[in-house]
Amino acid sequence: MPGSVTREELQRLVAEEGARVVEVLPREDYDFEHIAGAINIPLKELDDAAASALAKDAPVVVYCNDFL
Amino acid sequence: MSPRAAWRLESLGFESVFDYEAGKTDWTGSGLPSEGEGAERPRPGMIAIPVATCRLGEQVREVEKRVEEADDTMCIVVADDDVVLGRVSLAQLRSNPEAVVDDVMSPGPTTVRYDEELVGLTVRMQDKEVGDILVTTPAGKLVGVMYRKVAEELLGDALDEYRAHQEHHHH
Repeated sequence: MPGSVTREELQRLVAEEGARVVEVLPREDYDFEHIAGAINIPLKELDDAAASALAKDAPVVVYCNDFL
Repeated sequence: MSPRAAWRLESLGFESVFDYEAGKTDWTGSGLPSEGEGAERPRPGMIAIPVATCRLGEQVREVEKRVEEADDTMCIVVADDDVVLGRVSLAQLRSNPEAVVDDVMSPGPTTVRYDEELVGLTVRMQDKEVGDILVTTPAGKLVGVMYRKVAEELLGDALDEYRAHQEHHHH
């Protein structure tokens, strides 16, 4: 089951474990503003894009706007 | 949306997947670095300045001295984790030097988030004749005080343009 992380844990995962941060919102949202260093894979494109853009053995942190 | 993405990645064979549930709102609201076309826009947190702080239970006399030394006009009452509990003006402090801060503070002051939309906020402050406002992170931690005057100087014509735009929509 995917774990939930806080802001601090995300920063640690990136700094110490080389995690990739992925914004799953549509391209326009990403283009306007995204977490520094994050890449964009909109949810609809996840299946194909994930396989080519991400390493399966490195941590991946996904995010959108918030849980609301 | 991100929980679905996390599940999907796991089912695709990714071994270590996490969901940052609080998301972009939490990140930018905390003043952490972002990129993109909108990332350079001015935000309250960028122009907020430090302010004197105090804790519940502190002697008003002591706090008053600190505020005067800092040449401030107010003091923000914070918890141990810097979460904002109240604010107290110099006038309130002077009204009762023998009291503790709890007795004279105004609890639950209005706050805005680090990345609240600055133009609209400044216009609302003008309309309500509010000169300053506290800026916090999404978790309620104090960032500083944003003075309307500073925002007005920074934004200049953008404020008139915003008002003109509003008028246009109202008529």
